[in-house]
Amino acid sequence: MPRAGPSLPRLGVALGVLLFAALPLVLPTYQVSVATRILVFSLLAVSIDVLAGYTGRTPLGHGAIFGVSTYVTIYWVTVAGGSPWAGMALGVLAATGLAAVFALLAVRTSGVYFLLLTLALGMVVWGVCLRWSTVTGGENGLRGSVRPAALASQVSFYYAVLALVLAATFLVWRLVRSPFGLTLRGIRDSESRMRALGYNVPLHLFIAFTLSGMAAGVAGAAYALFNEFVSPTTVSLAQSVQGLLMAIVGGVGTLFGGFIGAAAIIVLENTVSFYTERWQTVMGLMFVLLMIFAPEGVIGRGLALLRRRR
Amino acid sequence: MLRRHLLGAAAIGTLARPALLRAQEGPIRIGLMAPLTGVVASGGREMVDDFNWYLSQRNNEIAGRKVEVMVEDDGSNPDTALQKARRLVEQGRAGLLFGNLLANTGLAVANYVKGTGTPYFIPIIAADDLTQRGRIKNVVRVAGYSASQTTRPLADWALKQGYRKIATVSQDYAFGHEQCGGLAQTFTEGGGQIAAQFWHPINTADFSPYLGQLANSGVDAIFTMQTGADGTRFIQQYASFGLKGQIPLLGSMNATDQSVIRTMGPEVEGIVTAAHFAEGSDNPTVQAFVRGHVARFGTIPSLYGFSMYSGAMWVAEALEKINGRTDDPNLLIDTVLKTDLVGSPLGRAVRLDDLGNPIYDIQIRKVVRNAEGKFWNAPMASYPEVSQFWKYDQATYLRQPPYSRNFQGIRR
Repeated sequence: MPRAGPSLPRLGVALGVLLFAALPLVLPTYQVSVATRILVFSLLAVSIDVLAGYTGRTPLGHGAIFGVSTYVTIYWVTVAGGSPWAGMALGVLAATGLAAVFALLAVRTSGVYFLLLTLALGMVVWGVCLRWSTVTGGENGLRGSVRPAALASQVSFYYAVLALVLAATFLVWRLVRSPFGLTLRGIRDSESRMRALGYNVPLHLFIAFTLSGMAAGVAGAAYALFNEFVSPTTVSLAQSVQGLLMAIVGGVGTLFGGFIGAAAIIVLENTVSFYTERWQTVMGLMFVLLMIFAPEGVIGRGLALLRRRR
Repeated sequence: MLRRHLLGAAAIGTLARPALLRAQEGPIRIGLMAPLTGVVASGGREMVDDFNWYLSQRNNEIAGRKVEVMVEDDGSNPDTALQKARRLVEQGRAGLLFGNLLANTGLAVANYVKGTGTPYFIPIIAADDLTQRGRIKNVVRVAGYSASQTTRPLADWALKQGYRKIATVSQDYAFGHEQCGGLAQTFTEGGGQIAAQFWHPINTADFSPYLGQLANSGVDAIFTMQTGADGTRFIQQYASFGLKGQIPLLGSMNATDQSVIRTMGPEVEGIVTAAHFAEGSDNPTVQAFVRGHVARFGTIPSLYGFSMYSGAMWVAEALEKINGRTDDPNLLIDTVLKTDLVGSPLGRAVRLDDLGNPIYDIQIRKVVRNAEGKFWNAPMASYPEVSQFWKYDQATYLRQPPYSRNFQGIRR
């Protein structure tokens, strides 16, 4: 993070990248697939953080945007018989378009109204996916072999996803650090002042929302190749909430917190559910404790501690 | 979990030995998935209980080898189910997978094992196409049924009662579409008429909009396809609307399954359904199973319990024939397909058709009060040897599209 001093956060990011790159060398295949899942959801959390952390508007519809990209990609490959690459491109395009529609409706609201409006829009998408069974397969969803032959092995697929997610995250990082990104923070801190300074606030929010949706779409397209299956649960409210939780656990407004949050939640889910069927209770308790002792998230808390030290 | 660590250590030890030797030793590892949380958790619990109950009766041993059952919660969610299946196969090194309840969870896992070749047994998943148009060889419906298989004899029975005009009320998803489709096609081909079809979302609290229309529709009978809490609510509201006793109520087997009616009162009495298993049968084998279940769990067994118990038995008998080898998926699948289930709680032998779906004697069942005052499904007619293709030619049948809200096979 630029404001927290130059070297340490960068070192952290570099270490994180190295860690992710080294994972397949030490992990068995199943764990590699868990790591792939973490990467995909990290990008979803990062995309949510653009809105939640930098514009101060918390979206509850990003699961739907993410899932639409998954649907389009899988539909394109399994039903229309197209190539997975074109499918991914179409998926991202569809997600971006959907995000633009959401943005048009939602940018004039803020706070709890923004939350509810995005929630409602997400529910509409969920309803369509559930009921439009001739196209979406309804409750049963769509499935088939989607992953291109070149990425058939778990490890090569992991590296492809790693490259994609890092590239997308880098672009998002540039976006939020750019002068445009600064205007978003300005809007978060004082919308009226930004208006008075002559900024077109709705337009800036519209662009931020659409680009954030695009990032969610990239994650969704990668998920299509990873999961090779999609059903309405992928676009459900639970998906949006999970993405948001990952962003919150890592630290809202830290961008890279998404990686920590996704890793924490997915690893916990995987290990705890091995020992008890009450794993959801354990997860719930963890969130409660986190919100009491580190409401700014893991990275947020870490940065705050660092600052206090100096 | 000390046991798991020990197993892990044992597994590492065996890695060094030749493959053939390894195959003969060590435990048989079974991955069992069931919805232990989420909307159908009570059914999931019963799946696990009855599966383990069967294995405990044989001291958790098959062909002289220990059986290790790894239980995973699929959360009633297909994405979770898929993730758990991956873990069971890739990390848990399960030789075979068992279970799942909801069709979408089963379809997700089936798509995964299509790639890995892992044998996957689905005593509960009824999605027609898994043993029809979208058949995957290593997915076998041991002790299960395909959705439209049992409603066709029910339609035939309804015609024989002189019903000519019926309406259907069903949950709006693939399982409902298929069960209604089987009924609607056979009923209309036999000269009957489907007056109306109502599709309601899963978890409908208030059925009055549908019941109001049904009361005045002038039909001879009503067919309802319900699972879980919707079944309870529909049957209660059917009675409180005064329709009980006015218009005969037919149902899918899940609508009057023990999992639904064990908490209900006289409003369930007299509903007619069709299934391969009827807990109220006077067959001594069925009654022995029911008594055993009541003694162990305090409840009359549901279809979930029956299916998992019998499914476990089916695969165990096949494994006995091949000395418990799970290292060759094709050998296991071929053996299962050739194995007839003899000692099951059905009280009669069952075989699989060449697509991996069982051929059953289907019972037309009526909910009655038993000697202890509990309600159960007692058979009153039987249709022998009903396959998933009823009386149709298999190839011709497979050319028609799968049932959906838009295609119900209705002949006008």
